[in-house]
Amino acid sequence: MNVLIYLVPLALLLGLTGLAGFLWSLRSGQYDDLDGAAVRILPDDDLIDQRGKR
Amino acid sequence: MTETVDLSMFVEPADAGASHMTLAVEGISCAGCIRKIETGLAKLPGVIDARLNFTQRRLAVDWRNDEIDAPRIIEALERIGYRAHPFAPERAEADDKAQSRWLLRCLAVAGFAAMNVMLLSVSIWAGNVSDMTQETRDLFHWLSALIALPAAAYAGQPFFQSALRAFRARQLNMDVPISLGVILALGLSVYETATHALHAYFDSAIMLLFFLLCGRFLDLAMRRKTRLLAGNLASLKAEFAHRLDASGELVQVPAAALHPGDRVLVRPGERIPADGTVLGGNSDIDESLITGETLHRIARAGAAIYAGSINISGALTMRVGAAGDNTLVEEIERLIEEAVQTKSRTVRLADRAARFYAPIVHTTAALTAIGWLMAGASLHDAIVIAIAVLIITCPCAIALAIPAVQVVAAGLLFRTGVILNGGDAIERLAEADTVVFDKTGTLTLPDAQIDQTPSVAPEVVERAARLGLSSRHPLATALARMAHQRLPYAGAVEEPGRGVRAFIDGEEARLGSAEFCGIVSDAQAAEIGPGDASFISFAHGATTATFAIRQILRPDAAAVVGALRKRGLRLMVLSGDRAAAVAPVAESLGIKDWIAGLTPTEKISIVELLKSQHRRVLMLGDGLNDAPALAAAHVSISPITAAHLAQAHTDAVFLGESLMPVLNAVAVSRRARALMKQNLALAAIYNVLAVPLAIAGLVTPLIAAVAMSGSSLLVTVNALRARFRPSIRL
Repeated sequence: MNVLIYLVPLALLLGLTGLAGFLWSLRSGQYDDLDGAAVRILPDDDLIDQRGKR
Repeated sequence: MTETVDLSMFVEPADAGASHMTLAVEGISCAGCIRKIETGLAKLPGVIDARLNFTQRRLAVDWRNDEIDAPRIIEALERIGYRAHPFAPERAEADDKAQSRWLLRCLAVAGFAAMNVMLLSVSIWAGNVSDMTQETRDLFHWLSALIALPAAAYAGQPFFQSALRAFRARQLNMDVPISLGVILALGLSVYETATHALHAYFDSAIMLLFFLLCGRFLDLAMRRKTRLLAGNLASLKAEFAHRLDASGELVQVPAAALHPGDRVLVRPGERIPADGTVLGGNSDIDESLITGETLHRIARAGAAIYAGSINISGALTMRVGAAGDNTLVEEIERLIEEAVQTKSRTVRLADRAARFYAPIVHTTAALTAIGWLMAGASLHDAIVIAIAVLIITCPCAIALAIPAVQVVAAGLLFRTGVILNGGDAIERLAEADTVVFDKTGTLTLPDAQIDQTPSVAPEVVERAARLGLSSRHPLATALARMAHQRLPYAGAVEEPGRGVRAFIDGEEARLGSAEFCGIVSDAQAAEIGPGDASFISFAHGATTATFAIRQILRPDAAAVVGALRKRGLRLMVLSGDRAAAVAPVAESLGIKDWIAGLTPTEKISIVELLKSQHRRVLMLGDGLNDAPALAAAHVSISPITAAHLAQAHTDAVFLGESLMPVLNAVAVSRRARALMKQNLALAAIYNVLAVPLAIAGLVTPLIAAVAMSGSSLLVTVNALRARFRPSIRL
């Protein structure tokens, strides 16, 4: 059972990372425009910019 | 003359010569719009950043002051094809946003903690029936405590704060038993852990918080969504005024930016932007939004005029009045204040349940402890069992039962064009047994409509209507709505105060007053008869026609009124208009109780009289004169076109020309209330089943967890049934 000594803290750490990630995404406004985020990926004119054809 | 536009009240200064503005944009429907607007604006010189929020239909623009200004940005948007309205966010919106983020943070913390504690708990439950050593179990319990205690201290704040507020006010709400249950469960668990016991309740406490926070967050998200839309609609409705500066220059400003003492020019066809007095000019004004009166009033120098009236015939200059100048508005505000004060706060279903529930739960727990002590149990065992009773009765399901239904029902109403001001409006709407209608603007359409006369040929109507497109006069714009081909005639000239003329097929056509059109005897006007109609004449060569324009009923008014009656509601019409105008409307709708010519004070006293007869009044009205009655009624609904003051005191606003949303609101609310009661009953049944187990001392944390999630899930799923639209029969 000694494996618990480092597995449990590791599991908690992973969970906390997820929580921190969520709180960061909340603070940086990623949930302010959910519908917009869904449709913004559709136009692909940014690809043309990358190839430098525009 | 080019007019300058002053939008400074909406522009926020940003850093170093830059500015920021938020705009509500109309007509955004697809992904393409985002790109069109953002790239279109980015191309303008001086625009630093333009970002469209697709969810809120709002655009945030930043620009450098020396290169471009706000009006030019709005013009540019119009050229791209979108109408944008500058927008000043209300404080309530910012508060909501902060609150919603806070709840989401609490929810995230509770969710994280619930998952991890549950992971440890499941191991313990499994270990308790197999070979877990005491040391491992204690370690897991201490780990649970390490996660659960800080998480509960953070995520429980919304409940602890609310419970504390209720406690200070010497009241009981649902948050009191919730807070007590959570704190006792955690305290007991720590004690049990320290004494190496088999069971601890960390998982129950934290899971309870997680479920409840879900309910709170959804409730707030629903309210935020409706408030955002209401804010956008308000900015779409916002009027502009032509302010005369000291130099005599005309500046276009938002009506909200007018100050007392400003001089304002109101052209024919425009809405009067603020309360005040007439300085010069002579005009008929339509005050139907103020008093319900459909006959026009003549305004001369010195007359008091009110925001929301329409200037019909001549240009007026007016001085914006200071607060205190205006007797009518002051009187109405005083009446509203009285109405709000005397309005007995109806106790909401949830609070009623809490008042009933909390004492029973706490007494049961106390009796359980005493009972076990008398039966010879140790003090420790008696207290553990009593706290188990408190945990199992912690009103998770009851606290979710009502908000869950409210969220679902409000969402459904939102889709059918009803915007609720608050979730508790649903309960009060369901209780209404009397409907009081205002006539003008509520039963009838807000704008006057052409009353089709059978004697006029359709092609003549079309020609007259197209000519009307070139005029700003209210009668002409009402006629212009009839035009199928929405293309004004080239070279149309408007003669202010008289009419508009143009050459159609080489012959001069005129639309305007009878004498402007050269019609001497108004034979057709006489044929239509007297009453509340206004007339506009049309002449094209030898063809002449006269159109009557009057307030007409909303297209489905009769059907909706009939359906409301069928649902057992008593109906009444209270109008500020003349009896001659009210009688035909009431008669065509089959409403026998109608009273005309009422002042705001009389309206409110009739509503109070109905209340004293124990009737629960649903008031429908739009005018300034209805505002006190709207505030006094049990529940109230306004059309979106209502006067500001009226809308501020209603529980719901409906969109569109149809009266159907009102019927929807009543039907959906009644169904929602039935579901709320069902949910409360389900939660009660759960308690009846679980509490005896707890009193008998048989509840383990596993049973508590299963019972709690099971009952919460059950009421939530039941609430989702409110989504299905009841089949509404007219």
